[in-house]
Amino acid sequence: METLTALFTFWHEQAGKLAEQTLQHIGLTAASLLLASLLGVPLGLFLSRRPRWAPAVLGLAGVLQTVPSIALLGFLIPLLGIGPKPAIFALFLYSLLPIIRNTLAGIQGVPPAVVEAARGLGLTDGQVLRRVELPLALPVLMAGIRTATVINVGVATLAAYVAAGGLGEFIFGGIALNNPAMILAGALPAAGLALAFDAALGGVQKLSTRRLAQVGTGLLVVLPLLGALYLLPRATGKLQAGFSPEFVGRADGLPSLTKVYGLTRLPSVVLAPALVYEAARHADVDVIDGYSTDGRIRAYGLRVLHDDRRVFPPYYAVPVVRPALLLDHPELAPVLAQLNGQISDSAMTNLNYRADYLHQDPKAIAEAFLRRRGLWRAPRPAVAGAPVVRLGSKIFAEQYILAELYAALIRGNTNLAVQTKTGLGGTTICFEALRDGAIDLYPEYTGTGLLVLLQPTPAVVDSLGGRPAAVLNYVRAEFRRRYNLEWLAPLGFNNTYALLMRQQQAQQLGIASVSELGQYLQQ
Amino acid sequence: MPNAQPPIIRASRLSKQFGNHAVVRDISFDLAAGETLVLLGPSGCGKTTLLKMLNRLIEPDGGTVEINGENVRTQRPETLRRGIGYVIQQVGLLPHYTVAENVAVVPRLLGHAPAAIAARTTALLTRLHLPPARYAGQYPHQLSGGQQQRVGLARALAADPPIILLDEPFGALDPLTRASIRREFRELEELRSKTVVLVTHDVTEAFELADRIMLLDAGQIQQLGTPRELLFQPANAFVRDFFAAERLALQLRTLTLGDIFSADELAKLGIRSVKPDIGLLMPSIKSKTPEIIDNKLVDNTHKPGTNKALLVVKDSTPDINKHTPGIGHLMPDIENTKLGIENVKPGIKETKSGITGKMPDVAGEHPVFTTNTTVHDALETLTGSAPGPTTVGFTLPQLMAAFGAALQREETAWKR
Repeated sequence: METLTALFTFWHEQAGKLAEQTLQHIGLTAASLLLASLLGVPLGLFLSRRPRWAPAVLGLAGVLQTVPSIALLGFLIPLLGIGPKPAIFALFLYSLLPIIRNTLAGIQGVPPAVVEAARGLGLTDGQVLRRVELPLALPVLMAGIRTATVINVGVATLAAYVAAGGLGEFIFGGIALNNPAMILAGALPAAGLALAFDAALGGVQKLSTRRLAQVGTGLLVVLPLLGALYLLPRATGKLQAGFSPEFVGRADGLPSLTKVYGLTRLPSVVLAPALVYEAARHADVDVIDGYSTDGRIRAYGLRVLHDDRRVFPPYYAVPVVRPALLLDHPELAPVLAQLNGQISDSAMTNLNYRADYLHQDPKAIAEAFLRRRGLWRAPRPAVAGAPVVRLGSKIFAEQYILAELYAALIRGNTNLAVQTKTGLGGTTICFEALRDGAIDLYPEYTGTGLLVLLQPTPAVVDSLGGRPAAVLNYVRAEFRRRYNLEWLAPLGFNNTYALLMRQQQAQQLGIASVSELGQYLQQ
Repeated sequence: MPNAQPPIIRASRLSKQFGNHAVVRDISFDLAAGETLVLLGPSGCGKTTLLKMLNRLIEPDGGTVEINGENVRTQRPETLRRGIGYVIQQVGLLPHYTVAENVAVVPRLLGHAPAAIAARTTALLTRLHLPPARYAGQYPHQLSGGQQQRVGLARALAADPPIILLDEPFGALDPLTRASIRREFRELEELRSKTVVLVTHDVTEAFELADRIMLLDAGQIQQLGTPRELLFQPANAFVRDFFAAERLALQLRTLTLGDIFSADELAKLGIRSVKPDIGLLMPSIKSKTPEIIDNKLVDNTHKPGTNKALLVVKDSTPDINKHTPGIGHLMPDIENTKLGIENVKPGIKETKSGITGKMPDVAGEHPVFTTNTTVHDALETLTGSAPGPTTVGFTLPQLMAAFGAALQREETAWKR
């Protein structure tokens, strides 16, 4: 009930955004369907004439269909950049199989006797195709387009990951923030669209062959128009921002930044966290959110805008453990403590740079680091039946490296076995996994623990005032009390949120801090 | 068949292979205008392949087809086909076209005037017992199998092509419908002047419709000749064996009173002599007075359950005879009465044209025996299972004796 109220409030507040996203969503679906029909139908007809090619072509389209959508978008980014192009292209690829297959099946389903009679009467091959085969194949063909449409409405939510808009923006923001109302705000309209399209095309399918031919032609006119919805002018400004969904929604992210610095004239798109740096690097966007220790800052020539009004709270990395782990294995505490205060901001940026830019293996990076610090011990031989320590990490390089550091220390200094469960997605997933006992330890950041997980009242946050020690103490006490989870000692670095710009552009515009960015936008 | 006119169709040394399998081997024949050739043979004998080579649905590996003296290869296949009617077993009506639109396909392709097309469609549908008012706007799936095949026929005839090719046109129909449609087909005025090539594996059908029969086996002509030649002068053992099962029934339907009685006897019996109709080798069929086929008339004259109705069923279902050759004719009462009752009733309910097919040859009037009357028809009259002259100059034993003697004569003539 609470969620429902929150949902309607959200819709009410974000009505403009909702309408825009819905139109974008329809636009994406229609544009990709149009392309897929323009290629898929002729291809299906070709296959009906050359059935020998059918297994190869259908097989290829089938393989494309099985590529996970996120992975497909990932492949397309280097080729097509970010924005609508990769999104429409990916959706186009997904629609191909049902359209080709159903075109072929439709033509093959025409009774051979009808085709033979038509040829025997003296219809040319073209006439047989246009007057006999295509009209009779239309119901099956339309069923293929219907399938493709429903698939596309669903997959189009992922377009939000490549800054192509659509209802996925709300959904992924909501997932990143663990905000069910926000998820529903995007998911319900998306489901509604899918049902509406499905019902409409289902109705079309039931029409007589003759009406169907008319509707099919009409569709060729309507699809480009719907696709054009996507091109409706959007807000533009001097600079274009690209933010990850989590940053857009969370209290210590964009909202407080906008409030404190007055960044009202900064139009932004949402895109996958993994893509924001690429987008900035390729000048698809100018301002992005990031982490102050990210290796790509160095690799891509980006500049961290100084948070001169201390909007971003401190985000010191601290391992969070289940107390039972330390009670069961007392030998573990001193081992974990070896990393206390060992990693500075610059050290972490360097480690991240190796992972993100040099593409070194996190395990190798961890070993090299431990060797440099003299902490490296060769892994002890595995003992059968040894208790297992399960280490978790979120889905980015820094967390992978931290997990590998702990894994190497535990393997080298204790007889315990280690299992790493890396890539657990966002904060919420890691946290829930720890609470459920699916993992025993993962590195968390004090600011995240405070604002995302504990979500204290603004008064409490203000009272902490962004002081690192105060935040850690508050988080540690509250986690003990509420969840019976233990925050150990900080590793040393502060991986806080940061606004980033390309070094060159920032220099040109004379922007070194967020305040200066705000001033520039206000001019 | 002696004919001064040049052949309308001339096939020379046609052959066709599918893979390693020779389907048609070195087949040649001439066909005169107006002639009906039946391609007969067991499944896989190459008869359909041969037919499709005539309108280039299949291109021969060797040999040529000439139509009106012109090699068909010199024409575009579509142009050629628009000038040749084509009917297939599965009918192949365009399911998204109405009956009228289906009939109009070829005239439209040929660019005929819409008014002319409409008039032609109406005329054809009327003639084929599909009243346009009711059927023109219907779609094929709304029609029975027999009605669909009638539309298929109308479609083939719509542009009035001089040649009609039919590939097992009645094969997919139930025996009753098949017989009635076959009968309509025979009697269709439209077809009389046309050159017809028809493929079938049904011997009775072949004998009923053919001027000449080409009996094929394994892609080769076994014999090409009139039904009588195939029956009484088989070229080889295959031909003889092929007709063995139905020999008596075919003989009864092939031999006429003119064949079995001498001239003296005919005069004495008062049987009217009719000039043998050259080229029409089933005189009992083709030289009959054209039937009055009109639905109203049918409705008025037909009284279900009357003797007449029963006879009609018998007459129009040769397939039933096929299963009881000989005996069926001699003991018609029991069998035919039963059949009559069972079969006529659905005919009334379902289709008017179904009834039409079972009409007596001349409604309300007894036919007169002539030299062209078949032994079969005379037999039916004598046994009381078909209408005929009220007084007949010969008895059943006399008829059978003369028939037996005639068979013997044919036998000895062939042996010599």
